[in-house]
Amino acid sequence: MKTIKLGDAALSTILYTGLTLFSLFTLYPFINILAVSLNDKIDTIRGGIYLWPRVWSTQNYAEIFANPHLFGAFLMSVLRTVVGTALGILCTALFAYALSTKEFMYRKLLNGMLVVTLYVNGGLIPTYLLIKNLELMNTFWVYILPLLVSGFYIIIMRSYFETLPEGLIESAKIDGAGHFQTLFRIVMPVSLPVLATITLFVAVLHWNSWFDNFLYTSREQNLSLLQYELMKILLSAMNQSAGQQAHIDESTINIANPQSVRSAMTIIVTVPILLVYPFLQRYFVKGMTVGAMKE
Amino acid sequence: METKLDPNSIRPVGRPSALRAWAQKTVAQRELLLMTVPLIGLVIVFNYLPLYGWLIAFQDFKVARGISGSPFVGFENFQQLFKDPHFFRVLRNTLAMGFLNLIFGFLGAVGLAIALNEVRVRWFKRSVQTITYIPHFVSWVVIANIAHVLLSPDGGLLNDLMTGIGLIGEPFYFMARPDWFWGINTFFYFWKEVGWNAIIYLAVLAGVNPDLYEAADVDGAGRMRKIWHISIPSLMPVAIIMLTMSLGWVIQSGYESQYLLGNSMVIDYSEVLDLYALRYSFQIGDYGAGAAISIFKSVVSILMVLSVNYFAKKTGNGGLF
Repeated sequence: MKTIKLGDAALSTILYTGLTLFSLFTLYPFINILAVSLNDKIDTIRGGIYLWPRVWSTQNYAEIFANPHLFGAFLMSVLRTVVGTALGILCTALFAYALSTKEFMYRKLLNGMLVVTLYVNGGLIPTYLLIKNLELMNTFWVYILPLLVSGFYIIIMRSYFETLPEGLIESAKIDGAGHFQTLFRIVMPVSLPVLATITLFVAVLHWNSWFDNFLYTSREQNLSLLQYELMKILLSAMNQSAGQQAHIDESTINIANPQSVRSAMTIIVTVPILLVYPFLQRYFVKGMTVGAMKE
Repeated sequence: METKLDPNSIRPVGRPSALRAWAQKTVAQRELLLMTVPLIGLVIVFNYLPLYGWLIAFQDFKVARGISGSPFVGFENFQQLFKDPHFFRVLRNTLAMGFLNLIFGFLGAVGLAIALNEVRVRWFKRSVQTITYIPHFVSWVVIANIAHVLLSPDGGLLNDLMTGIGLIGEPFYFMARPDWFWGINTFFYFWKEVGWNAIIYLAVLAGVNPDLYEAADVDGAGRMRKIWHISIPSLMPVAIIMLTMSLGWVIQSGYESQYLLGNSMVIDYSEVLDLYALRYSFQIGDYGAGAAISIFKSVVSILMVLSVNYFAKKTGNGGLF
């Protein structure tokens, strides 16, 4: 039937054009920000920077890295991400392994405890009071401890561990390996897809966090994160353009055109993710679907 | 499976007491227990202890006196909330933005998955996937900055485009217009999450038996027909589960985008329950009302999931439980 064939060809054209446009629509804002960040900041005020800088300049980046406060925030973000991710993966793997071990006496109870956390949580204010009572305010650990256990990630990893052939773990036991050895020497090395997936998720979570910084560490300037600094610049720029009494933190900005510096900072905050994510992508589709499909 | 068989555990006479059996099991599984102990602690402290804080919703809570020392006042905090017209405006905003995100996010994800499933060129499919996932991994702070650059009245792309084609005479300050806020919020949520949300539907479509499509080919079905009669019905069970779960989350849906995209000029449309709770607790010092909002959210959330599940079952569409 000729008409149908013709319809299919038209459909293909629409499909490929549509998806190409959609990809450009997703990418454009990043390209635009990059162009603005690499443009001279006085020139940027004239507007009209879209895909390419008009007057090249790396001044915006230089200013950020020359600012000890912002540079400190950058280091703090890196530290938080590294420590939080390493400890988070260790805890998730330990818990997931124990819960995937069929003989474990408290398996059912602990699984139940974990599932409840997926649906019930105390909410903003009770959590705030808890953090305050634990005296975690204005400490580095307020970034790490509350995020160490995530029911969702543990369940995904547990589901993956359960798909491993039983013979693999049996043979380790026959060779005299304890549970710790079995986990670190046998189970984790063969679970790369799910480990890569959860690592990416946890790292992104830590890298992107700013609200705990905002809520729990107001006075302690040394604990400031890059995302939070970016957010402060954004809000002050917004209040300025809204013609209100600007609330500018002197330590953060003393810069003529915040838009350029804001764009440069946005790029600095985005690039680490763009660097790691493509390498982990092939794993996470697999890791996600294995975990999700089993549930 | 016992790992080790201890000769002492085989007792010639009598039966080991339950306590002894438990003790032996504990010793045998000490490694597994050791693995879980720190995490049991963390779950109790960070997930269960905050629930104790719910008590302050029923108290006239004073920080200095703590939960044990503050007097109980029954449902006074709730009554106070339900009398506040402000509360209902905030509730309206939360639900409106929650539903807008749900509807557009769902339709976009299903649409994108179906479109990608039709693509036969592998590298093209891969590239589109890689690109559309990117915004999911970027923080709301970054998205909000992007939004401000794109929508800026001086030199933002949208203003330049609209003045360029003569749609508007002079630059328009999008972020200061309350009636635009829900739209802007939904748009950026869509942009951020649509590619990511499509993953699950793509996985389902990849699992559809190819015989079905071949049989349809033999019957002379065109692409549209195959999408309509095979792809969409295959997605239905998962789509219903996803929708049921997300409905429970409608009232929970975040505060980050609203905080970062909002400002004092659009606050009547941008303030959501969590931000309201925050303001109430820290500016007015009324923690009880803040906790009452948390409880209110959880209860609505559970009721929504249960009722959607009930209707899904009634209409013969399965349901979650």
